[in-house]
Amino acid sequence: MSEQIKRKSDTKMVPFPSRAIVPERDLGKRPVLECSHLGIDFGGLRAVDDFNLTIGKTEIAGLIGPNGAGKTTVFNLLTKVYQPTSGTIMVNGKDTAGMNTAQANKLGLARTFQNIRLFNQMTVEDNVRIGLHNQISYGMFPGILRLPSYWSGERKQHEKVMELLSIFHMENMAGEKAGSLPYGAQRRLEIVRALATNPSLLLLDEPAAGMNPKETEELMDNIIKIRDQFQIAIMLIEHDMNLVMGICEGICVLNFGKVIAKGTAEEIQQNPEVIEAYLGRQKEDEQ
Amino acid sequence: MKKTTVSRLLQKYLPYVIVIAAFVVCQSMISAGTMPRTTKSLLIPVCVYIVMAVSLNLTVGISGELSLGHAGFMSVGTFTGIVIAAYVREVFGCSEALQLLIAIVAGGVVAGIAGFLIGIPVLRLQGDYLAIVTLAFGEIIRNVLNCVYISLDGSALRFSFNRPDLPGKLLFRGPTGATGVSRIATFTAGFILVLFTLFVVLNLVHSRSGRAIMAVRDNKIAAESCGLDVTKYRMMAFVTSAALAGMGGALFGLNYSTLTPANFSFNASILILVYVVLGGIGNITGSIIAATVLYVLPEELRAFADYRMLVYAVVLIAVMLLTNNQTIKNYLNSLRSKLRGNDQKKGGALHE
Amino acid sequence: MTMFLSNLISGLSLGSVYAIIALGYTMVYGIAKMLNFAHGDIIMVGAYICFTCLYSLGLPPAAGILASVVVCTLLGILIERLAYKPLRQATSLAVLITAIGVSYFLQNLAQMIWGANPKSFQTVIPAGNLSLLGGELKISYVSMVTIAASVVVMVALSLFVGRTKMGRAMRCVSEDKGAAQLMGVNVNLTISVTFAIGSALAAIAGVLMCSAYPTLKPTTGAMPGIKAFTAAVFGGIGSIPGAMLGGILLGVIEILGRAYVSTELGDAFVFAVLILVLLIKPTGLLGKKIHEKV
Repeated sequence: MSEQIKRKSDTKMVPFPSRAIVPERDLGKRPVLECSHLGIDFGGLRAVDDFNLTIGKTEIAGLIGPNGAGKTTVFNLLTKVYQPTSGTIMVNGKDTAGMNTAQANKLGLARTFQNIRLFNQMTVEDNVRIGLHNQISYGMFPGILRLPSYWSGERKQHEKVMELLSIFHMENMAGEKAGSLPYGAQRRLEIVRALATNPSLLLLDEPAAGMNPKETEELMDNIIKIRDQFQIAIMLIEHDMNLVMGICEGICVLNFGKVIAKGTAEEIQQNPEVIEAYLGRQKEDEQ
Repeated sequence: MKKTTVSRLLQKYLPYVIVIAAFVVCQSMISAGTMPRTTKSLLIPVCVYIVMAVSLNLTVGISGELSLGHAGFMSVGTFTGIVIAAYVREVFGCSEALQLLIAIVAGGVVAGIAGFLIGIPVLRLQGDYLAIVTLAFGEIIRNVLNCVYISLDGSALRFSFNRPDLPGKLLFRGPTGATGVSRIATFTAGFILVLFTLFVVLNLVHSRSGRAIMAVRDNKIAAESCGLDVTKYRMMAFVTSAALAGMGGALFGLNYSTLTPANFSFNASILILVYVVLGGIGNITGSIIAATVLYVLPEELRAFADYRMLVYAVVLIAVMLLTNNQTIKNYLNSLRSKLRGNDQKKGGALHE
Repeated sequence: MTMFLSNLISGLSLGSVYAIIALGYTMVYGIAKMLNFAHGDIIMVGAYICFTCLYSLGLPPAAGILASVVVCTLLGILIERLAYKPLRQATSLAVLITAIGVSYFLQNLAQMIWGANPKSFQTVIPAGNLSLLGGELKISYVSMVTIAASVVVMVALSLFVGRTKMGRAMRCVSEDKGAAQLMGVNVNLTISVTFAIGSALAAIAGVLMCSAYPTLKPTTGAMPGIKAFTAAVFGGIGSIPGAMLGGILLGVIEILGRAYVSTELGDAFVFAVLILVLLIKPTGLLGKKIHEKV
């Protein structure tokens, strides 16, 4: 337990505007994400209702809740895979109303998927190059005619790809087909690809799913390393409570599409509603 | 180490090598006078069908969308090319080579525009629906062409819909199509057009835009989440494919004295699709070989021609069943990894 | 006015043929989730079988119809088992290309057996007309039988899918093959039965269509097949009343388009309708919306 708290670098969480909390170090900066009253209906079913969340500029946030609580739906709303029925999403102070997924990405939202979505027929390097698509670019005709901008663009992309792959020590896999990688490597490649789009908020959907405890430990260190190196915010959905309690500074608990608690790991662990809906059952199981 | 670089270079430029080698062989046979006349008459259509197959492979293999209306774009290019060639000959008195060049460019441009206009509705759909709508557009193009009349009146082109009584010399008359076309297409032009098509398609595939097209094919939602404008890249592949088909069509049109819209029916689209599928979806070299072999064989073996479509059908089904058979797939994969394993071992030994 | 009514009735009659074909299409698409491109060619086979029975073997019309239904049913099951079943896990592109291959195979096989020259198919239904409005409006018996047949088929099919055990299995398989299998539904049998029913309907449609339009060629089924698919999409793929409605509307649009706008552009109209429907309401008139899970 003490080791987990050390990982979090003893950040104090402070109230921001009124209901929300952000890490103290982000207080003077504009939050990367501000959702208010977000909601979506699926033919009468209110999958997410009155979802409010603020994420600080360099915060590591957790989104937890029982299966079917609507966690992935929140990600889909944020990245505009679904258009919200109500509410607003502000990314770096800009309203994303009416935007599509690609535009939300350009605004700074990148994500991974619960059921991995790589470009399976393409190489690892090309997968990351797709992430760099809008970062290092040249047009269709320079590409066909092999103009100087093609050569310099390709070279810059290659250098950046290798730099990004080195985060997870995956440089030696650059030439392999993404679809043929082992499961853990596929999850890491998805994170690299998302990082390549130069996001200000990285959304990770169950990044530790299917990983063994050792891999999960490495992943926790890497998530913190990514945050520190790129100075970005990270929000993750995860069922592994060690990971969530170990690295998440602000945690939001969702149940039946509604937020039932928000706060630090300690606060969440003490919250009676959370214990009843989620952690409580787990504690009983443990006993 | 050097060996792998050579083999990689060869692999990269294999389509060009095959085409250039084939051209050199054919040209030397022609100048030596050893090529039979019937074979010689196949050279230009073969070039055209290579262009058609490679361009359709861009849509079906690289972009991952089944288009069943490729002959529609070809026909647009064909009749544009025929009309424009006659126009520049009569009005500007251009040389034959220039006529051919202008006709091919015009065929490509008009087919590209048609591809763009048709792409707007088509690319909002996916999968089976997209396929059936491309088929529908192919048929609509043919239906509309059946009603179009174009004449050259002095130095002006005149168009009419469903009314053959145009002033001047009729260049295109609805269901009767184009007749008395001057056959200015040459094998060299066909060869250059094939090289041009390969240049465009291969360079596009190995560039930022091409990767985006393949990313959209592999996983549309992931591509969007990486900030890719999905419609833009699907459209890019679709229009490029249509424009190349139009260029091939223009060359095709100027190789025959008579062509009608009925020549470009659904069956023609399927024939091109057969080339693409049998050459290997996404495999450009395969398209070149399949188009050549499958076009030349039945023409050379007249007796076989009656059964041609029957055999095509059986082969089409068999190829699909075999390439999707899990046992065979597993076997090929294990074979491939075994080969690669050997390669790596050799590489390791070299480094030591 | 009588001209319009007469066109309307030919439209209804043609639409009824489309509807019967579309019913088969929609069932196969709903359950096997594949576009059975060869469905139209089963129509052609059905018509040829009936033709052979009537003219080469001299059998009575009822025996001809029965023979064509039996042959097509078996053919449908055979095609599914040999060509489509191995591709259950394959991409839709692979399945569609295979179906195109089957379609070509049937057309070319028919050409080898019966020749490429069109055969003149004589109606199995007594020729003649019902005269109305003092003889100004004539309705052929063929039209009446066709329209009646399509209504009977639709009602029977709705009852079968809605009320029988096999029908329930079909609905179950169409929603989730895996879950259906876990619940003890024989998925392979269900899919075979679906193909059998679809092909039997195609045979009936073939005989009715060739009674109204008596030219029989190896490619006779291709265009009506595509139009029937259009009709199924128009009405909402997977929906039985939708296929019926789509078929009838499409037939009427085609005949009225030919009569009042342009004869040459009749087919273009049908396809324009398909494109418009897919763009405005991709799920068709009576279809349901499907979400992709992310």
